[in-house]
Amino acid sequence: MLGLNKKDASLLLVVVILTMFAPFFLNPFPTESAMAQFNAGYPDLMQRFVIFGIFAIGFNLLFGLTGYLSFGHAAFLGVGSYAVVWMYKLLDYNVLPGLLLAVVVSAIFALAIGYISLRRSGIYFSILTLAFAQMMFAISYSDLIGRFLGISLTNGETGLQVYTSDPQVLLNDWETVPHLLGLIEMRSTYTLDLAGWSFDFNAGYYFCAFVMILAFYLAIRIFRSPFGLMLRAIKSNQQRLNYTGLNTRPYMLAVFVISGVYAGLAGGLMASMDPLAGAERMQWTASGEVVLMTILGGAGTLIGPVLGAGFIKYFENIFSKINENVLHTWFNFMPDGLENFVVAIIYPFIGKGWHLTLGLMFMMVVIFLPGGLVEGGQRIAKLLKRGKKDDDGANTATATKPAE
Amino acid sequence: MGILEVKNVGKRFGGLQALGDVNLSIAENTVHAIIGPNGAGKSTLLNCLVGKLIPDTGSVMFDGQSVLGRKPFEINQMGISRVFQTPEIFGDLTVLENMMIPCFAKRDGSFEMNAIGSVMGQKDIIERAEQMLEEMNMADKRGMNSASMSRGDKRRLEIGMCLSQEPRLLLLDEPTAGMARADTNNTIDLLKQIKEERDITIAIIEHDMHVVFSLSERITVLAQGTPLVEDTPDNIKGHPKVREAYLGESADQ
Ligand SMILES: Nc1ncnc2c1ncn2[C@@H]1O[C@H](COP(=O)(O)OP(=O)(O)OP(=O)(O)O)[C@@H](O)[C@H]1O
Ligand SMILES: [Mg+2]
Repeated sequence: MLGLNKKDASLLLVVVILTMFAPFFLNPFPTESAMAQFNAGYPDLMQRFVIFGIFAIGFNLLFGLTGYLSFGHAAFLGVGSYAVVWMYKLLDYNVLPGLLLAVVVSAIFALAIGYISLRRSGIYFSILTLAFAQMMFAISYSDLIGRFLGISLTNGETGLQVYTSDPQVLLNDWETVPHLLGLIEMRSTYTLDLAGWSFDFNAGYYFCAFVMILAFYLAIRIFRSPFGLMLRAIKSNQQRLNYTGLNTRPYMLAVFVISGVYAGLAGGLMASMDPLAGAERMQWTASGEVVLMTILGGAGTLIGPVLGAGFIKYFENIFSKINENVLHTWFNFMPDGLENFVVAIIYPFIGKGWHLTLGLMFMMVVIFLPGGLVEGGQRIAKLLKRGKKDDDGANTATATKPAE
Repeated sequence: MGILEVKNVGKRFGGLQALGDVNLSIAENTVHAIIGPNGAGKSTLLNCLVGKLIPDTGSVMFDGQSVLGRKPFEINQMGISRVFQTPEIFGDLTVLENMMIPCFAKRDGSFEMNAIGSVMGQKDIIERAEQMLEEMNMADKRGMNSASMSRGDKRRLEIGMCLSQEPRLLLLDEPTAGMARADTNNTIDLLKQIKEERDITIAIIEHDMHVVFSLSERITVLAQGTPLVEDTPDNIKGHPKVREAYLGESADQ
């Protein structure tokens, strides 16, 4: 189906179903229940899930397949956002021209940065990409080029946004927020209230989800293509490849550009949901985040990056929402002294301290599950299988060791 | 004129003259061995032929064209394939995938952007790779992870990968180094078979005299970066200079 083998097609189907019904899956708890704070089915967060999913899928094409660790991918994210906001400023609030520009501009930047960074490999490549991203961050943050040209290109610290004085040559009266071809506004949400539950169906989310499914499908095709095979060969043994008559440079450059475009598209979608673009989107912490997502989910696997992105964004949201008061209500049942003690211990890991939790989780995964969440899933599946086998052969347990 | 003509090649590493003034001509469709004590410059010479090193002086002509200044992948595309001292294969890929890569390089050249089609749809490549595995007697290992094979099998696969490109010149740097006796014999048999069945020129660096004398038609002895003598195996065996410089005690045995 769709040029995919059975296994890949069913994986794609699972992703389609999960994203389409996400508003249900992510809101399992009734609105009034105490557990409602663990719900994740509101538009803003769901949008982030799929947008960072795209970012991580693209990053994984580079890192997962070739082993080249870019530490500056957030640069393309920022470029994509700026491109979209600029199209709002010049044309109107339709997101498509902006996304098109985001793709083109991020491709150009990736071509230039990749061309230079790929002269080196290993840690030097990582440092070069980091250096480029930090330079672009600094340039955007101070709007260096804009000041040089005498215009406001990135609007510096304030961030780029749309002003009423902007040209917006195609603007109609009714346009006040980002929309798709005038058909639907990105922020429009239909809320379904159902016996205590409430589910949000947001247009922006579905638009991003659609793009993510396309991005995911394309990634599967790339993984299974001759091009993908060459990329895996580069990771495995670049020397052998060179002495087998293959020129690794254009392969690397091509995948670097593809991966940069994924990032640019993700950045563009961010600005499609919220018509703002700021330099902090390019900062090294953002570049580091996508590395974490990919490794946490399982680098080099198809679904891993999507899982990693969802995992990090979900826990970021949950942990940063919990504050001291919430903790006290949780541990209310304890004697006062103990309650205060427990709260004092947990407190550093919540709210703004959520990065501490992330760091710990990341450490655990890297040490105990080097293949990421995907490996965790595989191990559980294996255990279940084995458990089943043992049950079946309980009587002849010693005689039926599964031959592997 | 040989298929490979090395003229006055010199290479210096800092204060060390690794290659002095090497002249070497390898005739087409022969097996030519290069022997010499450790540090004689054999690997350095070979690296100069495949683009890994650029000699300071001299020229290297392959089939009338200079290889100097070309990148390893370009030299490979000219028709020179190389086997490494420790088998270099794609350890993360299956045996079949390993074999498909040189087939792609042969068919499509050094770069081809096919990011949408499926590898499994490349029927001609798969067919060719499978046929090559058959010839290497490795068809039963096609789905295996190549990293988990024995050293002898890795070597066999690597040689097969080189042969699938139908190179005109095959270079081997100590193909049996560090191998168990059985694997060594296996590799010798394979090389003999290749020599009989194919129109191919082979240059081999080897320490194992058994391998050298059972395979080669010409032998060049290299010592301290310069060729001492070049002759047939029989003449080399009895050559006084060679006994002195290289065979030494092993000839007295
Ligand atoms: N990249 C390098 N930099 C510095 N010196 C080198 C380099 N490569 C080789 N040499 C030196 O050049 C000399 C020739 O080395 P080479 O590896 O060519 O010898 P060899 O004949 O292949 O020896 P062996 O039989 O041990 O493989 C040695 O003294 C070696 O230390
Ligand atoms: Mg050597």
